Parts: sequence; structure tokens; C-alpha cells
Amino acid sequence: MSWTAVCEYAALLPERGVCALVGGRQVALFRTHDGHVHALDNLDPFSGAYVLSRGIVGTRRGEPTVASPLHKQVFSLVSGTCLDEEAVQVPVYAVRVAGGRVEVSV
Amino acid sequence: MRRIVVVGYGPAAHRFVETLAGRGFDGRVTVIGEEPRPAYDRVALTSYLSGTSVADLTYPVPGGTVTRLGSRAVAVDREARTVTVEGELAEPYDVLVLATGSAPFVPPVPGREHAHVYRTIEDLDAIRAAAADAAEGVVVGGGLLGLEAADALRTLGLRTHIVEMSPWLMPRQVDEGGGAVLRGHVEALGLGVHAGAGVREVVTGPDGRVAGLRTPDGTLIEAQVVVFSAGVRPRDELARACGLEVGERGGIVVDAGMRTSDPSIYAIGECALAGGMVYGLAGPCNTMAEVAADRITGGTSSFAGADLSTRLKLLGVEVAQFGAMDGALDVTYMDPVAGVYKKLFISDDARTLLGGICVGDAGPYAALRPFVGKPLPAPPSDLLFSGSGARLDLPDDAQVCSCNNVCAGDVRHAVTGLGVTDVPGLKACTRAGTTCGSCVPMLRQLLESSGVEVGKALCEHFAFSRAELFDIVRVRKITTFSRLVTEHGQGRGCDVCKPAVASILASLHNGHVLDGERAALQDTNDAFLANIQKNGTYSVVPRIPGGEITPDKLIVIGEVARDFGLYTKITGGQRIDLFGARVEQLPDIWRRLVDAGFESGHAYGKALRTVKSCVGSTWCRYGVQDAVGLAIALELRYRGLRSPHKLKSAVSGCARECAEARSKDFGVIATEQGWNLYVGGNGGFRPRHADLLATDLSTDDLIRTVDRFLMFYVRTADRLQRTAAWLESLDGGLDHLRKVIMEDSLGICADLDAQMEQHVATYTDEWAATLDDPEKLGRFVSFVNAPGVPDPSIVFAAERGQIRPVTAR
Repeated sequence: MSWTAVCEYAALLPERGVCALVGGRQVALFRTHDGHVHALDNLDPFSGAYVLSRGIVGTRRGEPTVASPLHKQVFSLVSGTCLDEEAVQVPVYAVRVAGGRVEVSV
Repeated sequence: MRRIVVVGYGPAAHRFVETLAGRGFDGRVTVIGEEPRPAYDRVALTSYLSGTSVADLTYPVPGGTVTRLGSRAVAVDREARTVTVEGELAEPYDVLVLATGSAPFVPPVPGREHAHVYRTIEDLDAIRAAAADAAEGVVVGGGLLGLEAADALRTLGLRTHIVEMSPWLMPRQVDEGGGAVLRGHVEALGLGVHAGAGVREVVTGPDGRVAGLRTPDGTLIEAQVVVFSAGVRPRDELARACGLEVGERGGIVVDAGMRTSDPSIYAIGECALAGGMVYGLAGPCNTMAEVAADRITGGTSSFAGADLSTRLKLLGVEVAQFGAMDGALDVTYMDPVAGVYKKLFISDDARTLLGGICVGDAGPYAALRPFVGKPLPAPPSDLLFSGSGARLDLPDDAQVCSCNNVCAGDVRHAVTGLGVTDVPGLKACTRAGTTCGSCVPMLRQLLESSGVEVGKALCEHFAFSRAELFDIVRVRKITTFSRLVTEHGQGRGCDVCKPAVASILASLHNGHVLDGERAALQDTNDAFLANIQKNGTYSVVPRIPGGEITPDKLIVIGEVARDFGLYTKITGGQRIDLFGARVEQLPDIWRRLVDAGFESGHAYGKALRTVKSCVGSTWCRYGVQDAVGLAIALELRYRGLRSPHKLKSAVSGCARECAEARSKDFGVIATEQGWNLYVGGNGGFRPRHADLLATDLSTDDLIRTVDRFLMFYVRTADRLQRTAAWLESLDGGLDHLRKVIMEDSLGICADLDAQMEQHVATYTDEWAATLDDPEKLGRFVSFVNAPGVPDPSIVFAAERGQIRPVTAR
């Protein structure tokens, strides 16, 4: 598994996403309130726009989520499943924090 | 022999060395203090000005303690375990105790260097010297320390003013009602109170001497002595420099044993961050000192937080606060003639005493403080006033709403006798909960106990409606989503509640929507201060008040659109929308617009959009009033006001109504005598003509009525409820609205007015503020790891000479 460092962990604000360009892929990164980091593909499958990193982060029945900023469909940050339409999924990427830096594997 | 070095010699350090001495500690204790004397009683500092000597205030130095006074510790070497004292050799330690205290906070306003602070004997000497040839003084800060400083200035014979940012004095000890009573006492002593006011600058005269203080609205308070007493900041610079853990907002992080992140170093007093809190009161600071001394001598005691209850007499007025400062229920006794205010906070089951506030008579403090967190020892009415044998299971005569004097029996009668089935119905019928709203949970409980099911939850995270959340945030002075969701909700929110709470916080506190944690609550439009479009690009709408624009400004918009290749369209609100900007372009676009004098148009916000106008009497042969002038005035007054949904307005200069004002949330149509005001109009999905609220108003009356209409709407509407739907759902409809905002039937107009004044006084352009803030600007990138790279997925084609997005769908 090869890891790419994308930013300092401190650059991630709690409950606000950023997008990183990793090997031509757009990876949406989120730091939740409890400090965990999650990585989803940035492509919103409903609109076709690369915008998921700009959605509102929250929880649904305890599960960390992001809502698409365009039409508000909610995705699990853990599984990438759309919780409003379970047949729809976005890719989830491996992510870790090493030496204060956020690293992604795509 | 163990060597203990204490840095800082204030009351906490004194308590520490005193406790050590009392335990027979036989090592070497050295105290390094900045001030030229040992610790003294800061609580009694003001008495120094009325004749108490320094010697009387100073604490005795315990035998065997080595003191190095007038000495400044400048560095700690944790490896070598030494403290470097300025200009001297390093002092070795086995255990280091940081008791560096705090420093007065002086806001970064022009002229601050001419102001005094109020903390040390030297500060008081300087104030006394300055007061010698002064007639007036002003204290910035109306909290505990601020009032003490004001008392000092008064003692020195100055006509004294107090400027307090919050709407009332001592906001940390008393609520709004208590603040009003306190203000009465303070004003009766001849002090001027300027609450809800900030500081723009300390003004100096041509001779370079202090001439007064200017508040943000331009008022000059004349004074020759200015004292800042607006809070303190922990002195943690030494700890920071040697790499000890410090809190986000300052303070040296310690565990329950007062130990810092270095096991050889302790921190006590006002510089310590214990359990996430910095304590400024003498009691907790002394406890910390005792715990540290105990631990260092082998004990196991711990500091488990502190009761912040206070009882004091300031300016001759008794003020006391104990336990919580809010609760589901409250009971108030108020005697404005005698200047007495007493309030108890009680849990929502009305069984547990949570806390209380007293002004003018601290009697209940001693008797009730022990009962905090325990069952009420007697009915609250008995505890606060004489007579009445109310039982605790809320008998019919128990007061539910103290603001409007509504008893449980009135509520029960409304439910069982009149068939009311929900909280809004109870509010309309009994007026309970219509003022401060703190009794709403009680109303719900009474409904439920009468067998009515209630449900108005905003989302899974909050069991409240937006209006209820608004009241909770307002009454409990909540400023963060985290606190609100922790105390009144569950989970971490969602795209429904977060923007709703962001809007509430913005309505109540103004401030920048991207400050701190609030940035994470915003919908993407507010997060990037622009409107997202289907391909993930944004559109930009500069404000063009009233639709009036100079040719030069029009040219700037054209040049910006051309240079950034933006699609350009005239909007329905008489402004210009520029489409197709990528996030990283937004700051550059706005730099050009702001430089040319434009500000945010808030097209992205649930906020005032535009006030359209016809050309009005200036040019039009039919016009009877200056519609453009009024539209501009209204737009500038309400710009930036965050609300439950967007707000649109228009002004027509005659009855021909060319501005289509009756399709707006508030529309104004000129008459020969003045203005007619229409409210609750809507275009959109379900068009609705606005209703005529008032006729032939003068401009001043019109503005006051619109102020109240908007603030009442902001307070009470549901999330994303436009004024049209809100007005239709309002019990009593237009008549009720007219009574509330024109006849003050609920007694809330002064509040609404004050809230709008605060909005107007604190408005700033959020785009200009963003451009000035590198931290906020840093978020305007497409890719965190490639800030200059544009998003390659964004593609445009050409159509009719402009760009159009190319999207998969």
C-alpha cells in the first residue's frame, strides 16, 4: 500500500472538508469532531460535480456523515454509502495520520 | 534538599507557600515575583485608593521562603531544570510551580497605549496620578472587575462612565432582568452606563492627552482617564516558550493534581487551565494552590473544578449568583422600586434547584446555595417571596412564565378548557413563553401531562423548533454550536440544524460567519460567500443598493467579468450576477470589487437580498416620494441581517407600483403623506400579495416598524419559512402582528429595537473582512495539496458569446 502525504493534520478544521488531488483523483478529506479523518471520493454521484468536500459534516444516528452541497443527499463517511439511497455509493479511501501529516492511499 | 521554585508572586503563589510552610516542608522555596513587593490582597485592591496602606494589603512572607522581588523569569530549561531570571544566573529547581497569573486584556483599538488597566498597586498609582487633574473617567468593562474599577474612579472624585459590550452589566453573574435592576442602582449613584456598546478608539486631544472614548457608533464619551477592565488573559508565555501544553485559548494545561505536561512542573491560579477552564476567582485559585502543595508533599488531593458562585457588594449593591445561570424553569421576584431582583433556576421537572441570581438583596444566597443540585427545600415562591404554599408538583397557582405572569392553571385551562394542542397555541392563548421563551419546555411538559402529543423537532439532533432554539441561544447566551448540541441536543448535527443554528448565531451575535467553529456550520454558499452552481463553480453578486450604480462602478463589474471570463446576467433584484468562478478565484475577484467600493450582496445567504426601487420622484413625473433614496437607506440598514430565509424588499415611488413591492417580504409604496408598508409578500413557488400593515408612515416610523417586523420574524419563524408562510401561520395573523410590533402588546419592542440597533451598529462587510484574514483566505483553494491548481473537472463551452458549464448531467 503506498501512501501519499497531502497536508498537515492541523490544516483540517473539525467538521469541515478539504479536497486533495492524489494521482489525478479528487479525494475529499474530513476531520470529524472526535478527531478521526475520513476520505471519500470528491465526486457527487447525483450531480456529477466534484463537490463532496464542501458539504456539511455531521452525524446520522451516530454515524459520521457529509451532505452533498448541491442536493443534500447524505453519505456515510465510514462506508461511502448514500444513506438516503442505499444503492448509491462513493469510493472510500484509506487514510491515516503519520507524524502530524495526513496520508492517503488511493 | 528539594528545591521548589515558584514563578509569580500573587495570591495563589502566596497560598501555595503558606500551605507548604504549614505542612512543615523543609526544602528550599524560592519565589520569583515581577512586582516589587510580596503578594497582596487583590480582592481588596480598591480600598488602597480610600486609604488602606500597601502594608495592610500585603500578605506576610512565610518564614524560610526566599523571595526575589522585581525579578522577571524569562526562560525555563526543562532539561537542565533551571529558571532563567532576567539579568541573573539561572535558578535550579526540582519542582517548578508556575503561578504567573493573568494580564488584563486590552482590545487592539487605536489609542490603547493611553489607557490604564486595573490590576496592580502600580496601576492604581498611575490612575490616581491621572485622576488628579481629570473630571471624568470611563471604564471599559461592566463585569465584576470593571465595576470595581468604576468604583475606584468614583472614589477618586471622577464623573464615571461604564462601557459594557453586553447588553447589561455583569453578564457573567446576572441575567438581563438582574442587569436592569443593577443598572438602576449604578445609575442612581450618578454613574453613566453604556451597555451594548463597544470601543472604537481612545481619543486624544491636540495636546496629546486623553480626551475620551469613541464607541463604534461614533459617540464620544468625554473622559480624561480611560481604564480597560474587560477581562484577563492567562500569562502562559513562559510555559509556551518551554513547550508545555497550553489550551487553544490560552492557559497552561494541568491535570487534577495541578501538574502540567511536564511532571516536574505545576501550574496554579489564573494561568492554569484545569479541566478546560481558567478560573479568575480567588476561591478556586486558592484551592489549586493547596492541591499543588499537597501533591508536592506526597498527598493525593485533587482539584475537581470549582463552584463559581459569587456574592459581593459592588458600589454598595449586593449581587450574588450561585449554581447554574439557566434552567428549564425559573421563578422571579422583582421589585423595581426597591431595586430587588431574585431569580431561581429549576430543573424541567420543577424538583431540583439549579441555581439563582440575586441583585439588591443577596439574602437567599446563603440559605439556598447548599441546595444546588438537590431537591427544592420548599416551593420556590416560598423561597423568594412570603406567603403562598405552592406544592412542587406544579399546582395551578405555580407561575410557569415569569415574564408574563402565567400560572400552571392558566396553561391547563387553555389545554383542557379551550382545546389548545400545541406550544404556539399556548403562546397565543396565554402569552406564556412569548418573551424570553425559557418556560417553553415547561409548556410542553404541561401539554404532555394533559395527554397532548407534541412534536416540532428540527431534526434528529434537536427536539426543538427553530424559534425555540433561537430563544434557548438568546436566553442562555450560547455562542457555539458545540455547546448548544451538547447541552440541548444530541449527535453532531446535520445539514438541517447546522445552517439553522449558524443563522441564529449570526442574527444574535453578528460577527463573521466564518469565524472559528461557525465556519463548519455553514452551507457551502456561506462557507465560500458565493452561490454554488450545478458544476461546482460559484456566482458572485456585489451589492448595488436600490439598484443605483455609477458608470465607473458598472465599468469595474464589466472589467472583472471580462478579466475572469465570467458569465454575466442582470438579476431580478436590480443587480448583476457573475457566474463560473472557481473557489480559488473568489478572493481575487473580490479584491478588485472591494477596492472599487463594492461589498458583499449576500446573494448566497439567508439574509436580506436587495431592496429594489423604481426611479422615484427625483426623475419620474408621477413619483411622489424619493423611492431610490429610501430603498438605499433600507438596504444599507438591513444588509447582512441573517434570517430564517432570504428577505426581499422593494420601494415604489407612487401607487403605480413599478418596483413590484407587494411581491416582497416587506414592500413600501409612497403616498402623498408618507409611506404605506406591506408585509408577507412572495413571488416564487406560491405567489402571495403582501398585506397592508400600516399607512402614511413617516420615514422614521416606517423604519422602526420594519425593524420590529424583521426582528420578530427572525425570532419566531421556522427554519426556511419565508415571511409569507410565517404570517399565515401566526396565530391572530396580521392583527396580532400589528399589536405586537406597533402597540407593543407583548412588551418586547424595546428588545426588538435594541437587537436591530445592535445589528446595524455591528455590521461589517464579510468579504472585506475575509480578504483581511489570511486564515480564512487559505480555505479558498480547490486542492489542499495543490493550492494554485484549478479543478480540471470544470469545463465550459461558449454560448451567445459567453461561457456555459459543460456537465455530465
